Amino acid sequence: MKTVTITLANPPELYLEGQNITPDNFAGKKAAEIATLDVWEGKMKGPLGKYFTVEGEGGATAADTKIVLRGDCTRVKRIGQQMTAGEIVVEGNADMYIGGWMKGGKIHVKGNVDSFCGIGMEGGELIIDGNAGHHLGSSPRGEWRGMQGGLIRVAGDAGNDTATFINGGTIIIGGNADIHVSTHGEGGTVIIKGDAKGRVGGQMVKGDIFVYGTIEYPLPGFQLVGEVEQEVDGATALFAHYIGDLGERHPVSKGKTVYANIYTRL
Amino acid sequence: MGELLIRNGFVFDPLQEIKGDRMDIGIKDGKIVETSALKNPKAIDAAGMAVMAGGVDVHSHVVGPKVNVGRLFRPEDKLFKSPLKRCDRMEMGFSVPSTFKTGYDYARMGYVFVNEAAMPPLHSPHVHEEIRDTPIIDNAAMPVFGNNWFTLEYLKNNEIENNAAYTAWLLRATRGFAIKVVNPGGTEAWGWGLNCESIHDPVPYFDITPAKIITGLIETNEFLGLPHSMHLHCNNLGNPGNYVDALDSFKLAEGYTAKNAFGRDQVMHVTHVQFSSYGGDSWRNIDSQAKEIMDYVNAHDNITIDIGQVTLDETTTMTADGPFEHQLQSLNHLKWANTDVELETAAGVVPYVYSPNVKVSTIQWAIGLELALYSSDLMRTFITTDHPNAGPFIRYPRVVKWLMSRAARDETMKTFKWLDRTIESTTIDSIDRELTLYEIAQMTRAGPAKALGISNIYGGLAPGMDANVAIYALNPEDMPSDPDMIENAFARCAYLVKDGITTVKDGEVVAEPAKRTVWVDVKVPENAQVQRDIYEHFLRHYSVGIENYQLFEAHLHNPRVIEVDSTQ
Repeated sequence: MKTVTITLANPPELYLEGQNITPDNFAGKKAAEIATLDVWEGKMKGPLGKYFTVEGEGGATAADTKIVLRGDCTRVKRIGQQMTAGEIVVEGNADMYIGGWMKGGKIHVKGNVDSFCGIGMEGGELIIDGNAGHHLGSSPRGEWRGMQGGLIRVAGDAGNDTATFINGGTIIIGGNADIHVSTHGEGGTVIIKGDAKGRVGGQMVKGDIFVYGTIEYPLPGFQLVGEVEQEVDGATALFAHYIGDLGERHPVSKGKTVYANIYTRL
Repeated sequence: MGELLIRNGFVFDPLQEIKGDRMDIGIKDGKIVETSALKNPKAIDAAGMAVMAGGVDVHSHVVGPKVNVGRLFRPEDKLFKSPLKRCDRMEMGFSVPSTFKTGYDYARMGYVFVNEAAMPPLHSPHVHEEIRDTPIIDNAAMPVFGNNWFTLEYLKNNEIENNAAYTAWLLRATRGFAIKVVNPGGTEAWGWGLNCESIHDPVPYFDITPAKIITGLIETNEFLGLPHSMHLHCNNLGNPGNYVDALDSFKLAEGYTAKNAFGRDQVMHVTHVQFSSYGGDSWRNIDSQAKEIMDYVNAHDNITIDIGQVTLDETTTMTADGPFEHQLQSLNHLKWANTDVELETAAGVVPYVYSPNVKVSTIQWAIGLELALYSSDLMRTFITTDHPNAGPFIRYPRVVKWLMSRAARDETMKTFKWLDRTIESTTIDSIDRELTLYEIAQMTRAGPAKALGISNIYGGLAPGMDANVAIYALNPEDMPSDPDMIENAFARCAYLVKDGITTVKDGEVVAEPAKRTVWVDVKVPENAQVQRDIYEHFLRHYSVGIENYQLFEAHLHNPRVIEVDSTQ
């Protein structure tokens, strides 16, 4: 695997749209070519090299390409958007839409990210060592086909509207989650190691949510059905099991009605 | 404006029965003229290409409130699907494109006239504002009458003359073009949470049947002598077994003949008939009854139809058939918008995915094509996708490809997950017919123009008509062996000349000639009774005053008035 290191030498005054910063776009290119890729600061299009110094070169394919971002990328959006393979490491913070519509590969952000990260994700891995903003692993605006697959792991807290319309894949939040988790969900798993504020699983048809702490304002559409032992993220624990959202339609599979499940740790 | 000579093309003009003759077309001051009338024209070399009149779309939902609801509640329809700026205005969206994209895309396909399929009268200012913002193409809009309280009351009492006076008033108040009827009675019944599933189901409260609404509006239409006929979206649309209801509706036209001064022969245009040609009694055993439907249509020349071809895309359904949209939403569980328009109509919007992996979708695909391929008179059978209900209008070139090439149909059918079930439930696999360029010209310009009663202006290339000419890079003597080339040629015309101005060249918009709003102004005798009824309803039932209801001149963009005098 070949590594390209880009360092933010001239930070933008506005925010930088960096959807071209992906292994797919860097593959097969030398440093000078990578520096000519388009980025947008507001409505102004400029070459990537205007903001970043570029070292190294891309591998033959996306899978063979690793990108390391250095410098303060707090104002760089859309890193790894629609990437299919390869690896990205962001040494510090990043802005919105990191790993949006991601299909494969791995992104590791060592700091915090803002909202809409992992939105519309279909596969791959998005690891965030700090906190994430709102709409983590959510569906894009208007879209009813949310996260389809892949893994999002946030060590810290997440904002509101996590996993809206989730259809598949897994989101693991090390800390707390704000309101609205897996709204309209039809599959997938969300694991919250801390507390959830409320409106967890609203209008959820199918899928699982695990909350290790407490749900401050649980929804009345979920019904307690028993206690179960479940293995979650490599450890087994005892959970109270709720099904719902009882106000929503539910498919029948093999003669049994399928509900969404919320598990809270006992 | 100058002179233009389109030289040496293969000309297809069904209105003059010109079938691919090598001819020159002369243009002067925005009109077609004899080539001898030209002095020093600029020339377009059309050698080896097909020359047709600019396209005319008989039924397409392109402007107005429900289209805009579609735009607003489907932001995902724009995501990654909006090209970078190519023309004067931004283009965006796929199934519910922006007004600008609508105009540009129609022009790129060689179309010049689009008839907006349903205008809620109360919201006519919005319709006309969007018409103004749709560049290049001329637009007309049909106000909906089939569930209007005035209409229901007059027709219940057999007051055709009063209904005609009201119709004339509403056409003027909304600057409308024709009488549109959507699920007659059923949309009003939807206000009670009900529907009219057959033409004999009475409408709650009004106690009139859809059959009576349909015949009453045919009589009204012919009483007034409007350019277009009554334009019908059938009851029980989109349900298995509904071909019976469609045939029942068709039969209502028997005994009526067209009375008008516009060269129109039909008294009923039935729209998106694909959605009304289903056999079976459930989604499990739904099958095609296209043959039955077309046997009837072929034998009755006072009816025209358009097909409403399913294009197998992800699209946005929108119709004034409120109960139908509710039913659709309960099938696919996607988002749903629904509205009631006071005394007039309702509407619903639901996204829909027509997938080659879904049996019903592929049967629907086959039915639309069957309708066209079984037609014995393509001057009465038109290409539409009921944009955007069965698919976006930008797929017309693909529909043309399917109709012109058995190989293209076979290629598409190979992608079907339920191919065997589709072949069992339809007859598409037994049809070898391939339409010709002449027949396509009938279905896309001459036929619709005649049915709309505008064939003295649009849809043909006779001297005196508007100089709207589309040139496609297709040589009828040497048609491409790859059917995709047909699609490409129709998707991006080599030239579009509109009103004598070269508007599209090599598939790109190069000019934006002024667009028009076409509407019908009918002169009727003074009718004190109707004036009083209108006054009373606005006083008691409407949320707006009559002065604010009628379209302000400021909303009307570059009008072209078709005048009808019914007092004679």
